[in-house]
Amino acid sequence: MSTLKMLIKRLAASGAIIIGITMIAFLLSFLIPADPVRMLAGRSATQETVESIRHELGLDQPLPVQYIKYLNRLAHGDLGRSYKQKTEVATLIWSRLPATLWLMAGAIFFELLIGIPAGIYASAKRGQRGDKTAMVLSFIGVSAPQFVVGLLLLYVFANLLNLFPLGGYGSFLHLVLPAVTLGITGGGWYSRMMRSSMIDVLQQDYIRTARAKGLGEPKVVLVHALRNAVLPVIAMIGLDIGFFMNGAVVVESVFGWPGIGQLAWQAIQVIDIPVIMGVTLVAALSIVIGNFLADLVMPLIDPRLRVR
Amino acid sequence: MSLFRKFIKNRTAFFGAVVIAGIILAAIFAPVIAPYDPYEQFFEGLTLEGAPKPPSANYWLGTDLLGRDLLSRLIYGARTSLIIGVVANGVAVMIGTIFGVLGGYIGGWIGGAIMRFTDLMMAFPALLLAIALAAIFSPSLWIVALVIALVNWVWVARIIYAQTKSLKESEFIESVRSIGAAWPRILFIHILPHLIPTIFVWSTLGISTTVLLEATLSFLGIGVRPPTPSWGGIIFESQSYFLDAPWLVFFPGIAILLLALSFNLVGDTLRDLLDPTQRGRG
Repeated sequence: MSTLKMLIKRLAASGAIIIGITMIAFLLSFLIPADPVRMLAGRSATQETVESIRHELGLDQPLPVQYIKYLNRLAHGDLGRSYKQKTEVATLIWSRLPATLWLMAGAIFFELLIGIPAGIYASAKRGQRGDKTAMVLSFIGVSAPQFVVGLLLLYVFANLLNLFPLGGYGSFLHLVLPAVTLGITGGGWYSRMMRSSMIDVLQQDYIRTARAKGLGEPKVVLVHALRNAVLPVIAMIGLDIGFFMNGAVVVESVFGWPGIGQLAWQAIQVIDIPVIMGVTLVAALSIVIGNFLADLVMPLIDPRLRVR
Repeated sequence: MSLFRKFIKNRTAFFGAVVIAGIILAAIFAPVIAPYDPYEQFFEGLTLEGAPKPPSANYWLGTDLLGRDLLSRLIYGARTSLIIGVVANGVAVMIGTIFGVLGGYIGGWIGGAIMRFTDLMMAFPALLLAIALAAIFSPSLWIVALVIALVNWVWVARIIYAQTKSLKESEFIESVRSIGAAWPRILFIHILPHLIPTIFVWSTLGISTTVLLEATLSFLGIGVRPPTPSWGGIIFESQSYFLDAPWLVFFPGIAILLLALSFNLVGDTLRDLLDPTQRGRG
């Protein structure tokens, strides 16, 4: 019962945030200096045509009315039309989504592949040279600009060594370098979280018991401690969508990866506001959903977090 | 041992501080240090085919697509990175502190509303929000700094909020209140001093985020306008040519990495030294 109550509360909070996001997106689109009516009507349009288009689009109505209509359109999956591409924004985003989801899966794979072993290693060598080296490396990963990492990987592994294609989309080989780029920069955070999670677990009584039984240290760390320490780190993926969305814009533009990040970047170049707003809205939505899922999963993993 | 001695003894933090000091000095004394004018396009700065030249005795780090000296542009670019990094983070820490303290100290529905608003801001992906804002306001140095501050203050607000709230409920504040202290006294004399270490830590740690965000915005072509040199902008301009002229990506990339890394190392060490709850966990 109480879990259900908490769930409803979280859902309500997420709903409120989504409403707030739509408000901000709506207001932002009004701050833009360019007049969408003029853009649609073209330069030679008469004042009358402009007015009639304005009326047709409902842009002559009061703001609250327009906002309600905007919400209504959103509820029907209508994100507006791109100024430049003359297509529905929703269609554009929908067609780009699979590429971004692939990239995301690859990025998460490499983030965990780099972060988890590094974190385990650092916690096992806590305070020693190995720990310090691993943590400095994690800081380098976190501080490295994604576009530089991406371009350098392209230079070395695609240009010099010819192991991977020079950007583009289609096969598994195309996915490796962009995913590794995000994996290196995101893996730094995961290694730090993994390390502190491991250190917490390694101080618990049951670990002392395991050691007292005479279990070898590798077994204590890799079997007994790891199982408890790794789950909260994995649940962090839900909180990581924001990092990923930022990264997607950069990495997709470096590698010519046709996802929604590239869509946003192309829209920036021509100031195609409906597309920028659409992508921002979709990204914000996925962040809210990711946070909600993380909230949902955490208590399942760690019973101590359950509300009584 | 004093904090300063501890800080100096930490080799990574010391390394970070030296790099930061070096970059600040380079930015201040750019006209003295830079071998050439960063805007001058040299005739002999390009090959006969019009390609940029690799590092050589004349141009230590090579030249860019217009035949300008890369080293000079990097040295002047340090100004852009530092100004935006420091100003954006300063503004972000200021806004975050004000909102965090208000939210935590006032509480009630006003505090609740402030914190719900930070929740809302956190749901926006920072880069996309910055892009949307930069598309609306045409970017100049200060606008870019402001845009970055507007997306970064929420993290500071969250942390300050949590601290203010727990301070407000602590016993020593309760006792101060019980002897009849007025709210300005409680807030400024009893609560604020406890927040200073956090503010101090974020004033350094946060710069690494703002430096990276500035470089990223410049790389996406929505940062400071050319020809003003900026590290991200140099990479943006040379992107299509980088397979033939990798130094144009490599050197500015190293510069961005070093600056962001140094602020991270210094900030992290400060946090360890200043935050008693973190002591002994390192």
